[in-house]
Amino acid sequence: MKVQGKAHVVGDHIDTDAIIPARFLVTTDPAQLGANCMEGLEAGWIKRVSANDIMVAGENFGCGSSREHAPISILGAGIPVVVAKSFARIFYRNGFNMGLVLLEVGDEIDKLRDGDELEVDTATGVIRNLTTGEQVQCAPVPPFMQEILDAGGLVPYVKKRLAA
Amino acid sequence: MPQTLAEKILQRHTDEEAASGRIVRCRVDMVLANDITAPLAIKSFKAMGAEKVFDKDRVALVCDHFTPNKDIDSAEQVKVVRDFARQMDVTHYYEGGNVGVEHALLPELGLVGPGDVVVGADSHTCTYGGLGAFATGMGSTDIAGAMALGETWFKVPPSIKVEIKGKPEPFVGAKDYMLKLIGEIGVAGALYKALEFCGPIVEGLTVEGRMTMANMAIEAGGKVGLFAVDGKTLEYAGQAGRKGDVVLFPDKDAEYERLVEINVDDMSPQIACPHLPDNVRPVDEVAGLRVDQSVIGSCTNGRIEDLREAAAVLRGRKVAKHVRCIVLPATPRIWTQALREGLLEIFMEAGCIVGPATCGPCLGGHMGILAGGERAIATTNRNFKGRMGSLESEVYLSGPAVAAASAIAGEIAHPAHV
Repeated sequence: MKVQGKAHVVGDHIDTDAIIPARFLVTTDPAQLGANCMEGLEAGWIKRVSANDIMVAGENFGCGSSREHAPISILGAGIPVVVAKSFARIFYRNGFNMGLVLLEVGDEIDKLRDGDELEVDTATGVIRNLTTGEQVQCAPVPPFMQEILDAGGLVPYVKKRLAA
Repeated sequence: MPQTLAEKILQRHTDEEAASGRIVRCRVDMVLANDITAPLAIKSFKAMGAEKVFDKDRVALVCDHFTPNKDIDSAEQVKVVRDFARQMDVTHYYEGGNVGVEHALLPELGLVGPGDVVVGADSHTCTYGGLGAFATGMGSTDIAGAMALGETWFKVPPSIKVEIKGKPEPFVGAKDYMLKLIGEIGVAGALYKALEFCGPIVEGLTVEGRMTMANMAIEAGGKVGLFAVDGKTLEYAGQAGRKGDVVLFPDKDAEYERLVEINVDDMSPQIACPHLPDNVRPVDEVAGLRVDQSVIGSCTNGRIEDLREAAAVLRGRKVAKHVRCIVLPATPRIWTQALREGLLEIFMEAGCIVGPATCGPCLGGHMGILAGGERAIATTNRNFKGRMGSLESEVYLSGPAVAAASAIAGEIAHPAHV
């Protein structure tokens, strides 16, 4: 899958309370959660986002709670990909389970700036910065995670096993 | 091959080789979700086409975050969980008079214990590492998969050995050791890894103290925080009604990624300042900061020993007029014990608010939300921006003695100075 959109840069250690504060956790509806995405970072953050834009984050993105509402709210906001220097562990699993593509790029993250137009090839992990012409190669998705992605996420993966 | 504690426990639950870095499928002993995460898990569970849980005795549903329900939406959420529990005939459903903060409740009831593999849709599931369980937080869909299959997958984590030694000063305990460690290694210091605690201080700690420390492993990014199983653990497990648990130690020559040493000689109580748990300073450096609220409770520090520690400071004293001091015993049993020991009377006479067994203000859920510009000191585990309410509020983390002393002083204070 190739995704093209504008980069929205956020900092290091963006926690799940920043992504979706506790007061919004009284629903599981993606649209409602999406409307309040990053509300704990900055009021009205969502207003700057268009469909298919890309979140670009620093170290340890998604630290904090196990709340799956966090990746759901990002997807609900229309953001299909998060590119980060590194991810917090629970968030990383949740992202794949929900079908949110997460790419870990390490220090190369500095080649992506706020507002840059990016093209992300989720299959190869290549990110082209259309604004600067630079390119970033992400670490490959581990084979087991790829198996879950290939099944279409954890829900169909388990469904298949239950049926077997 | 010699194994770390993490590898050893996972190995007991899988037929594959549980060596660090490998992905293994493991059987689970207990699967947990709460009133925030269970509704999503139930949604995924149904979408998976699952019709029953793998074992009705090995699923725990604990409605502790927004209960007693704060509004219609949260009441509807709990209803979803309650209906599901009935439909699946889940043995361990808790709400109302039998509910407590999940990570204090499950160990107390003997539902989790030494050598177990536990997965929970709550990041502080790692608390049970204090009992020698490989316990870790996951999202709702992972939990739904585990509820349906009775197994899940793990990447076996490399381990960091944490040795804690020295002679602790008065008013310094488990919470302070953990804050000190997180301050040293940072909130991503144990990312994707297991923390394994050892050393004379750890051996001397009570099981409750070990759970306080394991609880915050996630605050360093850790997958689990583990303690070897010794006589104390077995005694705790036995009192909780468990049978057949055995001691469990890492192998002598097990391989660790690194060793971190924490020396507690001359260490004073530690405080995590806004807005990350690794922004840790000794209490003297932040003493004098005015506080509006003090929270004593949560899965980190809401157990009976924590309440005793706070009560010892508050006995015969008064909470400063401008401070709301909220005390939340973590489970009904702890509540009753505190009542019997006269602790609740001490809190009430000091002018505290004694509330029900709930997560309450820890995550800005309800009962103790902060307004803009307000500052709280709390025995909870996270001080992220806006965690307890307004984005313009601040949370400082400490142990129970400091939270109590600060409530009396009306400002952050060392317990020896009030």
